[in-house]
Amino acid sequence: MERSLAYENDLSNLEATELRLGLPGTDESEKQSSRNNKRSSAEMDNSCEKDEQECAPAPKAQVVGWPPVRSYRKNVLHQKNESELSGMFVKVSMDGAPYLRKIDLKVYKNYQDLLKVLENMFKCSIGVYSEREGYNGSEFAPTYEDKDGDWMLVGDVPWDMFITSCKRLRIMKGSEAKGLGCL
Amino acid sequence: MDPKLKKTKDSSSNSANSPDSTHSSFLFPDEVLERVLSLLHSHKDRSSVSLVCKDWYNAERWTRTKLFIGNCYSVSPEIVARRFPRIKSVTLKGKPRFSDFNLVPQYWGADVHSWLVMFAKVYPFLEELRLKRMTLSDESLKFLATSFPGFKALSLLSCDGFSTDGLKAIATHCKNLTELDIQENGIDDFGGGWLSCFSENCSSLEVLNFASLSSDVSFDALEKLVRRCKSLRILKVNKSISLDQLQQLLVQAPQLIELGTGSFQQELTPRQYEDLETAFSNCKNLQTLSGLWEATSLHLPVLYAACASLTFLNLSYATLRSDELAKLVAHSPNLRRLWVLDTVEDKGLETVGSSCPLLEELRVYPADPFELDLHHGVTEAGFLAVSHGCRKLHYVLYFCRQMTNAAVATIVQNCPDFTHFRLCIMNPGEPDYLTNEPMDEAFGAVVKTCTNLQRLAVSGLLTDLTFEYIGRYAKNLETLSVAFAGSSDRGMQCVLQGCPKLRKLEIRDSPFGNAALLSGVEKYETMRSLWMSACNVTMSACRLLAKDMPRLNVEVMRDEGSDDRQADKVYVYRSVAGPRRDAPPFVLTL
Repeated sequence: MERSLAYENDLSNLEATELRLGLPGTDESEKQSSRNNKRSSAEMDNSCEKDEQECAPAPKAQVVGWPPVRSYRKNVLHQKNESELSGMFVKVSMDGAPYLRKIDLKVYKNYQDLLKVLENMFKCSIGVYSEREGYNGSEFAPTYEDKDGDWMLVGDVPWDMFITSCKRLRIMKGSEAKGLGCL
Repeated sequence: MDPKLKKTKDSSSNSANSPDSTHSSFLFPDEVLERVLSLLHSHKDRSSVSLVCKDWYNAERWTRTKLFIGNCYSVSPEIVARRFPRIKSVTLKGKPRFSDFNLVPQYWGADVHSWLVMFAKVYPFLEELRLKRMTLSDESLKFLATSFPGFKALSLLSCDGFSTDGLKAIATHCKNLTELDIQENGIDDFGGGWLSCFSENCSSLEVLNFASLSSDVSFDALEKLVRRCKSLRILKVNKSISLDQLQQLLVQAPQLIELGTGSFQQELTPRQYEDLETAFSNCKNLQTLSGLWEATSLHLPVLYAACASLTFLNLSYATLRSDELAKLVAHSPNLRRLWVLDTVEDKGLETVGSSCPLLEELRVYPADPFELDLHHGVTEAGFLAVSHGCRKLHYVLYFCRQMTNAAVATIVQNCPDFTHFRLCIMNPGEPDYLTNEPMDEAFGAVVKTCTNLQRLAVSGLLTDLTFEYIGRYAKNLETLSVAFAGSSDRGMQCVLQGCPKLRKLEIRDSPFGNAALLSGVEKYETMRSLWMSACNVTMSACRLLAKDMPRLNVEVMRDEGSDDRQADKVYVYRSVAGPRRDAPPFVLTL
């Protein structure tokens, strides 16, 4: 009886940017690929065979195809479990605005979408992000409080990493944000 | 009845029918016979009819319009084309069921293309195609879309090999499309642009199900489509459709009979919430509700007004708690079918037992199939509770982590009418957790009490005794699924010898070997198929079987690195088409 590992690499996952020892692709628990719409049922079978040679076994080794739950269902539910853990509704404040708003970060696919919504919501102009200059030149700059309690400029890290670490948003006046934009 | 007319028709067919005695035709003219037979729809009845005599065989084949092929390799497109000249609707099933659980490698086969080529030649007026576990490419979909001008209905379940590009072709070219039903396929999702390919003149859709696709579709295109299609009765959208968008759709289509919602979580203003509630209460014909991704107690109440008429509630993608489920089912007294996740726990199932006296089918799926923590999910208590309150229960699929023989015995006493009993105790080889004994008596009770049992899936720690019981009592059993069970060849032998109606037998990781395999030599031609993987069967036994039974296809797949003599995966099925010619290199046809 063959016991194969049934998991897939998740390249867009947070872990991809983490510094750690070990071969890329090793992971402790089962994760799904970000493109899990693909022919995952068959793909998983092949990738199982290959990955088993490259990677250390996960603590919970699983039997292929057991329990008998269709791949589609497994993928959908796993996505769901992950997203429920992160809790995506965050408060948004803007300097000078009388009350705060709340938005669901999960609804947006990238920074562009988010910034557009923020601009609409607060009737302000945020402009375009640049790695060097931040939001230099704009009236406002979006910042966020991360898991460590630090205030960060929105746009530096990959989107997926951002939405899992963002606790709240604050749209700062451009003058104040200058300190964040310069390196 | 002019015998010459009949002969003309016969000679236009390829079947070698000798000139029939004509006196029977004076008693019962062909036209009358055909008129009568055209009222027959069940393919089982039609099969019986075709065996009566040659006249009836002919009349039946001329009047058959719906084709059902349970195993695409049991017959060939050529044979089908010769026999049935007037097919409008085709249902084709391909891969063995265990392919759903990754036990069958990619490129195994079951490609629909050669069938489509034949259909284009012989059935240019084909209207419906329903595929299950088949492989089809975008090219095939394009070919389908452009070869059949009257094409109306496409249903794809658990298929693979295609992408949303193929769907574009269907939406673009099938001007009379009434049904597009895409379910749980291994599909490459390149975006939701396919939905916008429906022409602005398309107003014939009655069924649209794209719930399992993940990309955004153009809401504008969807809304206009829904508005135009006045006969739309089944609409199942995907997660990209938000609650307020759903409300707008419902306003356009209050006539819906089946609805699959999109994401059920969104910050709504009080006004939006009210509008949504109103929209649902205006859907007076709603019988089926599904989708409900991310639904929480915040938004579930909008459904309550629509629940009164519901007969099927599919909550298998909503991680509901017991209290959330309780409120929903309290509003749904007419439920016949209920699918839930085990997040509702035993408490949730208790409320089902008390709220849904008409329940006939229950499925409880695991939210976390690989979680070994016993404190999650459902136990025997939940199942018992449902059986107490829902005496009409006849279909169950139950994933749990613990079960007892006593509980199952009580359950089938409460509900003796089970036709489908699929119990999955998730830890392989798990005994009765109270007595530590095998679960033999549980399944013994099932087969002894439920005389109408057609389908059975067993699990837990099982010895040959379970299979002795099955062979002795399960006289109506047609489908049996076995995993990590049994002690010796005797188990499988009992089943093969004792179950006269057995059609599908699928076994994995069980100690059945050559003697068991070969004991069914006479039996397999009466069955659709046999699957055995990770058992104790060797190549020599498979070769013997193949040699003795030329009308059986015996296919073996070997696992990497395994002994040359072991037949790791064996698939045996009857066929009038001979060994298949499209087998990939890793499938050995013996």
